[in-house]
Amino acid sequence: MAGQGTTTDVAPAGTGRREYSKSEGAGRRRIGPGLRTFLIFVALVALGALIFPSSYFYRVGTLVWINTLAVTGIVVLLGYVGLVSLGHAGFFAIGAYVTAIGPNYGIPSPLAMAGGVALAGLLALIVGRPILKLSGYYLAIATLGLGMLIWMVLSKEAWLTGGPDGMVVSGMNARNLFKMVGLSLKSAEAWYWVAGLVAAIGAAIAVNLAGSPSGRALRAIHDSDVAARSLGVDVAKAKSRAFVISAIYAAVAGALLALANGYITPDTGGFMHSVEMVTMAVLGGAASVYGALVGALILTALPQVLTVFADYEHMVLGGIMVLTMILMRRGLVPFIADLWNRRKS
Amino acid sequence: MSLEIDGIGISFGGIKAVDDVSFTAKPGEVTSIIGPNGAGKTTLFNLVSGVYAASAGRVRIDGKDVTGLPAHALARRGMARTFQNLQVFPQMSALDNVMTGCHMQEKSNLLADLLGLGPARRETDRSRASAMAALERAGLAELAHRPASEMSYGQLKRLEIARALVTGCTILLLDEPAAGCNAVETREVDDLIHAIADEGKTVVLIEHDMRMVMRISSHIVVLDQGRKIAEGGPEDIRTDPHVIAAYLGAHGAAEAEAAAHA
Repeated sequence: MAGQGTTTDVAPAGTGRREYSKSEGAGRRRIGPGLRTFLIFVALVALGALIFPSSYFYRVGTLVWINTLAVTGIVVLLGYVGLVSLGHAGFFAIGAYVTAIGPNYGIPSPLAMAGGVALAGLLALIVGRPILKLSGYYLAIATLGLGMLIWMVLSKEAWLTGGPDGMVVSGMNARNLFKMVGLSLKSAEAWYWVAGLVAAIGAAIAVNLAGSPSGRALRAIHDSDVAARSLGVDVAKAKSRAFVISAIYAAVAGALLALANGYITPDTGGFMHSVEMVTMAVLGGAASVYGALVGALILTALPQVLTVFADYEHMVLGGIMVLTMILMRRGLVPFIADLWNRRKS
Repeated sequence: MSLEIDGIGISFGGIKAVDDVSFTAKPGEVTSIIGPNGAGKTTLFNLVSGVYAASAGRVRIDGKDVTGLPAHALARRGMARTFQNLQVFPQMSALDNVMTGCHMQEKSNLLADLLGLGPARRETDRSRASAMAALERAGLAELAHRPASEMSYGQLKRLEIARALVTGCTILLLDEPAAGCNAVETREVDDLIHAIADEGKTVVLIEHDMRMVMRISSHIVVLDQGRKIAEGGPEDIRTDPHVIAAYLGAHGAAEAEAAAHA
């Protein structure tokens, strides 16, 4: 009975499993799984750049990669370890707001960004230890409360954050980064590439983790907390690490959003944003980074295609969650991979 | 290393599931715990391995008091176990399951793991090699890449033994390792346990298969309703009237007898 509740069966590692076992055969001569994932992601970023007809597409594309990055953090937490967080928008918003506030106090954007990420990581470390003792629904509620607190601070402390109206983010433009290497891109294109490359790095890191000693310990906790302990895994420490890592993913994504959009509101830290992140992970398949990408792509692009969606956003999110749970509990990517494998054999 | 259990006990809602049980398991020997269903055998294992906190008594490893240490700390002191109700990692391959057992030997840091640096890969390669060797030993080498969820009960039992072995344990607690195994497999498990004890490890075994118990045990502890009712060598236990009354019965005694003369 001990530990049975700590893991959720939301996201068994379907395609993930194949990913790992492939990596087993890879010796020194073949490229590692992390690098391979990085290259696949970069190819997809480039593919977008090749087919996008206007700045509008680049802006949506940028959002897709930023969301992919944030959801990759959820994959580490939910897909690898089996922990549900409904407060990750809070970490996302900390990354975004510190990046936005920094320049107002003379701190340059890159430094402010690093500060925001560090602050989110530190908060996850401090808050994680006590709340990660909880499991299942209790943990979800505790993280929900944490997210609410952060959202309230952002909404109320108008002197610092601009309050409910949000604030303008001054500072960096990604265009200048590319100018340094002699490339002249439009601002939207430049942010698209930056977001895409950071998402690719994030995906590679998550894949590296999955096949590493620490990653095996995390996946072990997902399947059996008791057995993981009996093998010497310090479960509390491992969970705390995963929580911090996933908070850092969210904060980096938040910082990128602040810079790319040039404007942020407290909604980035709102409950609905947390739910959105988890829905993306569950829809795509929480066990793999490709699930994060597919979930982020669908739920970011869909509202753009169906403008009517905006009015019913909450209903559609809820509906997608319910249908995913009923029809394909492991998410879209494992579901399609299974269909594909069945057809082949 | 020897494992000393001294007057250990735990109550659940006023019922003493394990009550004042003492025994010592010595290195190089197989110590078996037998008794009817509900006698408290698995609860005893859970107490010893840190899953439950004992309400009375001490556990010592080589004279050092380890009572109340959490499970992962006990693992670090050389204790490994398998589970009666199977605690495998069903979503991982058999190989990954066993590789997880190498956790304590893996000297890699989180940064190297995240960036896929040399140490992470080297440790993974090393764990893979020792996990393959352990799978080989447990007769599961061909199933290395099979997801654990697709393996049979008997195979999973042996998978747990392989996973416990790679931890580098000196004390191994086995909870019904032969359950779900056919006669041939039981014999294999039997040989495996023998070999493990011969390496000088301290083996503590819970098992219902009396033939197996009598064949491989040096020492037997009999529990009934949470209390120790007898202790001794296979010969003493087989003929102990209390044990026959409480557990073995006429049939069990005959089985044990048959094993003795087999």
